[in-house]
Amino acid sequence: MLLLISALIYGLVFALLALGVYISFRIFHFADITADGSFALGGAATTAMLIAGWSPLVSTAVGFLAGMLAGASTGVLHTIFKIHGLLSGILVTTALYSINLRVLGRSNVSLSDAPTLSKFWADLLRRVLGASERHNLFGWMVGVQDLSNLFALTLLVGLLGTVLFLFLKTNLGTAMRAAGDNAQMIRALGASDKILLIFGLALANGLIALSGSLLAQCQEFADVQMGIGMVVWGLASVIIGESLVGSSRFGILIAGTIIGSILFRMMIAIALRCGLNPNDLKLITAVFVFLALVAPRWLKTLKSRFNTDLVGEADHAQGL
Amino acid sequence: MLKVSDVVKTFYPGTPNEVRSLRGVSFTMEPGSFTNIIGTNGSGKSTMLNAVAGVFLVDSGQIELSGEDITGWSEHQRARRIGRVFQNPFSGSAPTMTVAENLALAARRGMRRGLGWSLNAALRGEIAERLKSLKMGLENRLDNPIGNLSGGQRQAITLLMATWLKPDLLLLDEHTAALDPRSADQVIRLTHEIVERDRLTTLMVTHSMQQAVSLGDRILMMHKGEIVADLSGAQKGRLRPEDLLGRFDELRRRDQLTPAVGEMLERLYV
Repeated sequence: MLLLISALIYGLVFALLALGVYISFRIFHFADITADGSFALGGAATTAMLIAGWSPLVSTAVGFLAGMLAGASTGVLHTIFKIHGLLSGILVTTALYSINLRVLGRSNVSLSDAPTLSKFWADLLRRVLGASERHNLFGWMVGVQDLSNLFALTLLVGLLGTVLFLFLKTNLGTAMRAAGDNAQMIRALGASDKILLIFGLALANGLIALSGSLLAQCQEFADVQMGIGMVVWGLASVIIGESLVGSSRFGILIAGTIIGSILFRMMIAIALRCGLNPNDLKLITAVFVFLALVAPRWLKTLKSRFNTDLVGEADHAQGL
Repeated sequence: MLKVSDVVKTFYPGTPNEVRSLRGVSFTMEPGSFTNIIGTNGSGKSTMLNAVAGVFLVDSGQIELSGEDITGWSEHQRARRIGRVFQNPFSGSAPTMTVAENLALAARRGMRRGLGWSLNAALRGEIAERLKSLKMGLENRLDNPIGNLSGGQRQAITLLMATWLKPDLLLLDEHTAALDPRSADQVIRLTHEIVERDRLTTLMVTHSMQQAVSLGDRILMMHKGEIVADLSGAQKGRLRPEDLLGRFDELRRRDQLTPAVGEMLERLYV
């Protein structure tokens, strides 16, 4: 049960990462590697602010804004300086590695003595439920910290998912989707596809950094390496979500992405429980995304080959 | 009013691939007039249209629209004043978005796009109303992704989008070339209706001599980056498609002559 609760909590934290990846990869069709850097940047910026004595709310907001800045940088490199999209992301991520080290001061900083959002809502729950450290949730005894994380993150992710959904229905959001879908068309309708892309990448990386910020606060430490492989991780969640909901409507896809993130985290948790070496995690994730990307194409080829075989036999039969 | 003065554009200058697409093109269009540009492949007719649309900036010369110098404006800035329909029926709309969403985007062409809802009941009603006027049954498909529609249907919607807010100038870039004959006729009929109704200043590039003689009030014939004929009024009224084809043959013969003569002289004297 503890395994399930923890997978749910981290699945929700990573859901924001997945939503960011959804924006850049699916709305803008932009392979944005910046995620690896901005995820760690969110964690690092929030941690540095918390250590310096700022309130968790302000520190988290700064993490989000730092991520937006990183995303906007990638967007500017690509649109204004005409650098290839992938390379723009790589450049910013490489720069961020040094920046994150500067922000954090060293490679690993603990937050166990600092106030965090996570501790804040645990205190809140203690005040509501009484001082007892364990509570009954559907027959399981769960610690206050986990319980409050679960509640607060469900609320937060649900809220942000809804806000994103509503935003994509506004004039600005609709223009953003159009810029990703057909840049020429949105230019012909008087909006700059470049500015829309810069803004979109800023929003995506803001969410990704927020995810990193929340991870740092939930696990009570930040590490400059915490962002490695996050693009692929987010993409895996998006792909699982897509195959799960089987719809192209963005409202359903947003919900699917959140569920995909939770499911992916659970699959990983179960695999780890079954004895998977944690060092192999990134390899497994990459192979999984690879398979998820090529499997539909293979199936299609197999299917059409199967069909032509049948047609061929039928022709043969007719000839006889 | 559109005023194009001495516009020059060379692609890949100083390389072996150098193309002098526009070699000093000038023309003026009166408000409410309809001009066709015709020409062979590589004559610069589409390049001329793209120069006006701002797809690229010209090397020299000036483009004025409604009394304002737009020579240095970017493509999306010019789109505030200009409506466009492309040759590719898939270029003018966003395929994964619904019919209503695409039209809602066009209803704010060139306007600020903030956090207001892009679609509301009133706008949906108006969209359905205007789609109904196309007589294609599209008013029942407001919430379908536009990518599910046929090329002809998408081109008709693109035309509606380009003219939703009355543009100072409507640019049509061979907008029926990629359609089947029936859809092409339908889109041309619509073009005629909308342009007549709103008295739109229209610049149309076409490959069809039939369209060039039957639509509009003036024909500009381009060849090798220059305007070689400007036919309007009674002169255009008398034109038949065969006359235009004859003129093209003439141009082609003149082109063939020059290198052939050079070769002959070379053989004789070198």
